[in-house]
Amino acid sequence: MNQSRAFRWGLLVVAAVFLLAVPHVFGEYPQTLATEILIYGLFAMSIDILAGYAGRTSLGHGAIFGAAGYVTAYCVVTLGSDPWMAMLLGVLASVVVAAIFGALAVRTSGVYFLLLTLALGMVVWGVTYRWTSVTGAENGLRGVARPDVLTDLDTYYYFVLAVVAAMVAIIYRFVHSPFGQALQGIKESESRMRTLGYNVPLMLAVGFTLSGLFAGVAGVLIVFLNNFVSPNSVSLALSTQGLLMAILGGVGTLWGSFIGSAVIILLQNVVSFYTERWMTILGLLFVLTMLFAPEGLLGKGRALSRRWLKKSSPES
Amino acid sequence: MIGTFIQIANALSFSALLFIVASGFTLIFGLLRVVNLAHGSLYLIGGYMGMVVTTATGSFLLGFAAAALSIAVLGYGLDRWLLSRVSDVELNQVLLTLGVAMILNDLALVVWGGDARSIPVPDMLRGAVRMGVFFYPKYRMLVIVAGVVIFAALWFVYNRTKLGALIRAGVDDREMVQAMGINIRRLFVLTFMLGSALAGVAGMLGGAFLTLYPGADAEILVYALAIVIIGGRGSLAGAAIGSLLVGFLANFGQIWLPELSYFIIFGPMALLLAFRPLGLFGRA
Repeated sequence: MNQSRAFRWGLLVVAAVFLLAVPHVFGEYPQTLATEILIYGLFAMSIDILAGYAGRTSLGHGAIFGAAGYVTAYCVVTLGSDPWMAMLLGVLASVVVAAIFGALAVRTSGVYFLLLTLALGMVVWGVTYRWTSVTGAENGLRGVARPDVLTDLDTYYYFVLAVVAAMVAIIYRFVHSPFGQALQGIKESESRMRTLGYNVPLMLAVGFTLSGLFAGVAGVLIVFLNNFVSPNSVSLALSTQGLLMAILGGVGTLWGSFIGSAVIILLQNVVSFYTERWMTILGLLFVLTMLFAPEGLLGKGRALSRRWLKKSSPES
Repeated sequence: MIGTFIQIANALSFSALLFIVASGFTLIFGLLRVVNLAHGSLYLIGGYMGMVVTTATGSFLLGFAAAALSIAVLGYGLDRWLLSRVSDVELNQVLLTLGVAMILNDLALVVWGGDARSIPVPDMLRGAVRMGVFFYPKYRMLVIVAGVVIFAALWFVYNRTKLGALIRAGVDDREMVQAMGINIRRLFVLTFMLGSALAGVAGMLGGAFLTLYPGADAEILVYALAIVIIGGRGSLAGAAIGSLLVGFLANFGQIWLPELSYFIIFGPMALLLAFRPLGLFGRA
């Protein structure tokens, strides 16, 4: 027990040192990728909070992520407001969207929850696509400048790292809090929690809204990295990609989200050297994951290694 | 006045198309408990297949046959080779179909390109028919008729045939049907093929007046989702009422609030969910 705890702390320190060293070791391109991996990792984690701890798989988080981005971009580009203020409003927007989604979706579970969040997400996508006067339709909103102090990519990387680290710390506190534990209780048995006197729909709504807050933070961070937002950042493909990241990393592991995020972002960048068919690859990855490793890469690896160990040492 | 009539007729023809898509979707959802998120892609590819055959042979009817058959075969493959391999975890099946949808859409983009394509309509169906004081496009009339005919046919199969009785029984209690000695796998495959074929037919019908383009699959899928959420899983009547509601809202929404039309189908869905989370005719 103690040994594994020491090991875990060791791993954390190594990861921290590595993450802090990124801007000094790598060039601009890998650094942008690292920033993306961090941001999408947080996004995937926001999905994992619901999937892994409340047992609700959402396909609408892309819309929450994108809504935050759109509001931020609209504030900066069209209204010319202060970028810090825009960040705040963006996150606030995601909370509002998530609260609406949550209020509607909490009465459902399983496949119905998935369907409903998907439909709600598509509505937001449809709005960004058609509300030309505000969202710029297909062209999106361009020229979202970072705040002056964050213009430099190195600084922005550290800023993202700090924000993501803070969010991850909050998420860990959250899932281990009594509230997070109660959510897990809902996942295990909804009827039992109801009998125990918990207000299940309310708790799910709060959980959904909180999860949306983290997705919104990620959405704001990505807009300032890319400097633009388009209907693609609200699309179903994005929700799907985030969910796949969470699944690849292993649902309910939280930090696995970053592994899933790294796998997908790196793969996407490698694949794009050779072919434009990224969507096919992503779809294939989805199908293969569901067929062969629905428990995620880590879980699959662990199961395989366990089987291998058993074979090599039948005594223990 | 005449304008309103034409708008109502437009809404009706759109509803009819939506019904054909949604009936296949709800059939599969009801019996197999599989939410086939590739249903929109089946619609789109069915349309493209129909387009290819219609342009090659010059026969609109052959186009229909090709759309229905090719998509039924695709559905067979999807059910037999992919879905049946994922153990009965509903969520994994849904996500699997999502992956399939991504692949199919991307392949359709490679084969048929990114521009909107239309299916040539035979001369017989061009022009308008005169209905009292106003004229209405023949083709859209055909879509309305097709919707009604398919509703009637499905209703007959559902309520008056053995297959329909089995499907209804399977929707309510799958294990019981199996325990009676019915080969439920065969029933599943048949239903999946029938539902898929309906998507293909709808693609052909819709392709001629809404055109086919990348993204049409997602639009149709969302409408179908809304309809099934409103109507309830596996209910034919629910699909019909849902289609009318969504078709009218979408059509009139586009006239009254063009930029937010997508938003409007969301209203009844939200209302309904607050009171009947399983939809109008849904059963647990």
